[in-house]
Amino acid sequence: MSEFDRLLSVLFSRTGPVAAVALVLVLSLCPCAAIAQEADGPVVSDIIVPIAPPTALHVEDTPSDRGSSITLTWELSSDEETGRVLIYRVYRSADADTGFVQVGRVAVGSSTYRDGGATDGEPAFYRVTASDGEAESAFAAAGPIVSSPQWFNATRANAMVGTIVFVFAIVFFVRAAKGGKELFIRRLAGLDEIDNAVGRATEMGKPILFISGLSGISDVATIAAINILGEVAKKTAEYNTRLIVPNADPIVMAVEQEVVKEAYAKVGRPDAYNEDDVFYLTRSQFAYVAGVNGIMVRQRPATILYMGMFYAESLVLAETGASVGSIQIAGTDAVTQLPFFITSCDYTLIGEELYAASAYLSREPVLLGGLKGQDMFKFVVGVVLLIAVVSATLAALGVTASDPITPLLATG
Amino acid sequence: MSWYDKLLQVDRRWIFLAIGVAVVVPFFVPLGLPVIVTEPVQGLYDAVESIPPNDKPLLLSIDYAPATLPELEPMALAILRHAFRNDVNVIVMTLHPAGYGLAERAVRGVAEEMEQVEGEDYVFMGFTPGVSAPILGLGVAIRNVFPEDAYGTPLDEIPMMEGIRNYDDIPLAITLAGWSAAEAWIYFAREPYGQQVGAGVTAVMATDYYPYLDAGQLQGLLGGMRGAAEYEVLIEREAKGVKGMDSQSVIHLLIIVLIVLGNVAYFAQRSARRKMALEDA
Amino acid sequence: MRRQLPLTLCFIAGVFMAVQYFIPHWRVQDVYDRFLTWLQIIFAFAFLLGTVSLVKVHYHKIRNRAADRGFSWVVLAGLGSMIGLGFFAPGHNDPGSPFDMMFQNVQVPIEATMFSLLAFYIASAAFRAFRARTLEATLLLIAACIVMLGRVPIGDLISERIPEATRWILTVPNLAAKRGIMIGVGLGMMATALKIVLGIERAWMGGGD
Repeated sequence: MSEFDRLLSVLFSRTGPVAAVALVLVLSLCPCAAIAQEADGPVVSDIIVPIAPPTALHVEDTPSDRGSSITLTWELSSDEETGRVLIYRVYRSADADTGFVQVGRVAVGSSTYRDGGATDGEPAFYRVTASDGEAESAFAAAGPIVSSPQWFNATRANAMVGTIVFVFAIVFFVRAAKGGKELFIRRLAGLDEIDNAVGRATEMGKPILFISGLSGISDVATIAAINILGEVAKKTAEYNTRLIVPNADPIVMAVEQEVVKEAYAKVGRPDAYNEDDVFYLTRSQFAYVAGVNGIMVRQRPATILYMGMFYAESLVLAETGASVGSIQIAGTDAVTQLPFFITSCDYTLIGEELYAASAYLSREPVLLGGLKGQDMFKFVVGVVLLIAVVSATLAALGVTASDPITPLLATG
Repeated sequence: MSWYDKLLQVDRRWIFLAIGVAVVVPFFVPLGLPVIVTEPVQGLYDAVESIPPNDKPLLLSIDYAPATLPELEPMALAILRHAFRNDVNVIVMTLHPAGYGLAERAVRGVAEEMEQVEGEDYVFMGFTPGVSAPILGLGVAIRNVFPEDAYGTPLDEIPMMEGIRNYDDIPLAITLAGWSAAEAWIYFAREPYGQQVGAGVTAVMATDYYPYLDAGQLQGLLGGMRGAAEYEVLIEREAKGVKGMDSQSVIHLLIIVLIVLGNVAYFAQRSARRKMALEDA
Repeated sequence: MRRQLPLTLCFIAGVFMAVQYFIPHWRVQDVYDRFLTWLQIIFAFAFLLGTVSLVKVHYHKIRNRAADRGFSWVVLAGLGSMIGLGFFAPGHNDPGSPFDMMFQNVQVPIEATMFSLLAFYIASAAFRAFRARTLEATLLLIAACIVMLGRVPIGDLISERIPEATRWILTVPNLAAKRGIMIGVGLGMMATALKIVLGIERAWMGGGD
């Protein structure tokens, strides 16, 4: 018997079972003892807690859009409160399970995203995850959804109704005017005074200076100014008074040259028209002011007309005009400049009074009808605003449960 | 000639001289008046502050001309400093032809001061003609309006422009202008695309924009040098805006004094003339 | 034809621009995007037109020996030198180039100086014209004084009610009046635009009817 065998026989003899139990106990404690030297149990820092995902992902074809757009909304991840979430990532695929590609991301706190890269007519699947910049949460999924373009923007339905009413008002009154109906327009002192102003310049033998603003031909105020220029040019042609028109825009200058030339031709004085008196100065705002001020100081016009869109230069122009003793008539829709013109000028046309000039001066039925139509629509707008204000006030005071009118007036 | 006639007929150059002195003296004798921040300015500051760092860029449209530079450049510098301090990337552009040099000088100056790298922290797009067309165009695709930056680098080769397609990727657009650019940005960016817009305008124009501020169509508004000063206070970097407040305070007081003097003389003259008329009668 | 063609183009473009506002479909919006690009190109050409007009006007003044032709020489010299520096000088229009130096050190200060004239003119206008002749004028004067004080730090120092009153004046009566004017102006613009599109308003073509 070898020594090992002798050992085994000892282990499995009468003392064997006791020894075996002792051995088992020692062996079973050893691993625990070994681990206990390192830790007392599982370590929390070794267990990675995943970021809570966003939930309730909802996808829909973006309404009233040009197509290729899906709008996603979701409930924020609960880990926003712990500050673990930095961004949400949005993924899209044509398949429900594979092929997802990131199409966008939004910052923490955002629960909506508009994907503008979808393909119309093809189903798309979406996933949204929350991320701390590196690790990502499980995803919230939704789909399939198909994007498509719409032919009508429903959020602008109220604007369409307003436009139709407006066009109807204009057309109605234009037809009434064409039919011979007499349309009343209140007196506009500034426009009535133009005749006297031209007469004054003629008596004094001094020129008239017409400044049509600093905006381009696409500005409605400039169109209105050109209309007035046409009427003024007819009068200066009749009385043989010099008319000086410095311009800040070359296209406006080209138009005004034609307008003045035509006006002179209409009263039978084409030879009196001087193209050099309707000229381009500069586009630069204050260089233009310097140029015009120089003309005022050198030529000392009897009358200065400011008609159109003006900016900060209005007071500089008007004060210089006042210092040379000119009669000044202004008309602008620039609400910031109105106080300066009112302070420095003898007469001022405020806002839409400038637009009414063409109708007022020419007294053409079609133009007068357009003006009345515009006024009628303004009355309708006033009534609607009054109703909206009452509705909103009642809701704010708690008299009514909600304000049903104001949301109807919002456009998308 | 009585004192009120002399006063009412005073040569306006004396008034100009008084204004000149009122502007210059506070630069040498600072009053150190405190600047209190108002809600419109706080709104714009908060909007810039809420942009996450190193994420989507701020769009800054420097639309002013040299004439309005003294009022509006302090705003541009303060906003750029704020953005760069917060590691917010900035796209700088201009809709004004004379704004190119001014926009470039503003962004390069602040970038150098704050060690920002072109292409990574900011990009200068330069000038684009038109107003409505480019603003609307940016909502469709930035690359349609600016295929490359001001120096000819295609946008696709600029690191910070990766993934930046249109207004969907721009949390805030700010325009600084002495003309109606802010209205254009509201009409053509805010309304059709829902783009958040902020504005900095000259003091005289600021009141024009209160309706838009009130209606939530503007996130914030800086008005004139006062607006710039308030923004500088918020970013804790006082510069030209704050320095100009002393002069502005003195001038405003002087104008009030002139108005009062003018009215005193006017009423004295009117009273004297009424007396004379009664005596004659 | 000379009148009909622009009127027809104006009508078609005007109606399309109005209608596209209500139709989001890409077929319509793509055409709209193209219009916007064309607009940008047209604006760029307007600059060229302006330069040609400027040179033409001043050249005629010099050639006809007009009285103030000295100013015309200055204008053309300035235009020529900036164009020359921009295209041919080293660095073109880069920061620090001669072009940039001229812009930053000549044009910028000159324009800023012209704008600053407003401060002087406001003072002289205020002294000359702000009279409490009527009740409305008196109210205006008082409001102006409050707002002037409230917009500078000195108003905050005098009393905190001044900035409060300033905010109220600017955001209540001032805003109400501005909104009223803006509604009227907006409708006036719509009406004028409609008249232009329908060919009723033809001043933009030059020469009336």
